[in-house]
Amino acid sequence: MSEGTLRRTPLYDEHKNLGARLVDFAGWEMPVQYSGIKAEHAAVREGAGLFDVSHMGEIIFWGPDANAAVQRLVTRDVSRLQAGQAGYAAVCYESGGTVDDVLVYKRPDDFLVVVNASNREKDLEHFRENTEDLDVEVVDESDDWALLALQGPEALGLAQTFTQTDLSPIKYYRFVEGEVDGVYAIISRTGYTGEDGFELYVRPDDALRIWRKLIEAGAAPVGLGARDTLRLEAGMCLYGNELDAETTPLEAGISFAVHLEKDPRFIGQRALLTEETEGLRKKLVGFEMEERGIARHGHPVTSGAEIVGTVTSGTQSPTLNRAIGLALVDPGVEDRFEVVIRGNRVPAKTVPLPFYKRDRG
Amino acid sequence: MSVPGDLQYTKSHEWVRTEGDTATIGITDHAQDELGDVVFVELPDEGTTLDAGESFGTVESVKAVSDLYTPVGGEIVEVNSALNDAPEKINEDPYGEGWIVKLRTSGEAELLSAEGYEKVLQEEA
Repeated sequence: MSEGTLRRTPLYDEHKNLGARLVDFAGWEMPVQYSGIKAEHAAVREGAGLFDVSHMGEIIFWGPDANAAVQRLVTRDVSRLQAGQAGYAAVCYESGGTVDDVLVYKRPDDFLVVVNASNREKDLEHFRENTEDLDVEVVDESDDWALLALQGPEALGLAQTFTQTDLSPIKYYRFVEGEVDGVYAIISRTGYTGEDGFELYVRPDDALRIWRKLIEAGAAPVGLGARDTLRLEAGMCLYGNELDAETTPLEAGISFAVHLEKDPRFIGQRALLTEETEGLRKKLVGFEMEERGIARHGHPVTSGAEIVGTVTSGTQSPTLNRAIGLALVDPGVEDRFEVVIRGNRVPAKTVPLPFYKRDRG
Repeated sequence: MSVPGDLQYTKSHEWVRTEGDTATIGITDHAQDELGDVVFVELPDEGTTLDAGESFGTVESVKAVSDLYTPVGGEIVEVNSALNDAPEKINEDPYGEGWIVKLRTSGEAELLSAEGYEKVLQEEA
């Protein structure tokens, strides 16, 4: 097996020591599971799970025109973000199709934009090409950061034992630049699981020590397999599944991250406004199988004899113990359709998203 | 990984227990470990006639789908319908309660011994 070309995070050896199964994910050799997807999934829903997501890309925008550059590139109006606030956004082509979905952190002097590992190079090119006329530096800091996600109802208490920074006042989608285990960290109350938790941006050299302490304190190591089932239950999009160059953020159901009236305009705004006026070409729906079968990415969706869409993600939900999925379907599709699973048409019905919502007690 | 000596195997990681003209088929310990948590098993109907090498169902884990192939032709005489409600039996006891189908065989199968299968596993590793 040729592994020479795959990138590794600072925690690669630790994953091997923990017995993880490693797979090629977006050019990275990443842990897909340790003890098993169901057990890891449950650990995040019931306790605390720790993910190594250091493959994610971190791109900095700084300089006099940083705000103008980010405003042009993303669908969210980032002028509404205060320093210390993060916002989920899409990056679009002029066509309205999606380049990537990103998290924008507004810091006092710059923006940190966190991108999908699979899109890092494409995004950088897109960002630079479209801001050439502006006085902004677009810096790829991806190799200077490790990213640990601590997620689950016990994440707050567990993380608090390793930092002097008071974590409970940090609201959802807020962050502070503070300290974890005595070293610099961006502590962000964000995640991709539907649970409370934190994403910790730390220096690569500090990652192993912090990882081990969190694991010793009781966090379960969780791989990309459970990350996918968790995000799907939470109804969150995955680029390459729900979002791609042929799909707009409106179609993918993330209009909450699109400020269509934004001024100055963003790339793709005109196309999205047109789509908004003329109606969506397709729409994202959540569904549940009504008979035995698990829908998977790429399975056709039919209504009678007609093909009306495609499954974008599907799995057996570990929390709900039902087969669930997301599909992009024709706008006229109502609450019942069939998913073609290996030649068999299996009935499914739409259900509201998210599939799973935590009890905020 | 356990590879019981009293069973025969296929390169596609099924095991076969032959008793007279009846063959019981399941997937190996290695196969269940590779798949991870099994959440769904698609079983054929009893009475289905299969040729050697034909697919007779699928085993799905949270992340992966794997087709099942019979190494020997014959008629399905029994399916392990307990797997419909408890597919995890394939993980927990792949050579016992995790058996998948029983066939009345019609013909000979080309099967590996436990030793031969272990060699296949070593080559894949």
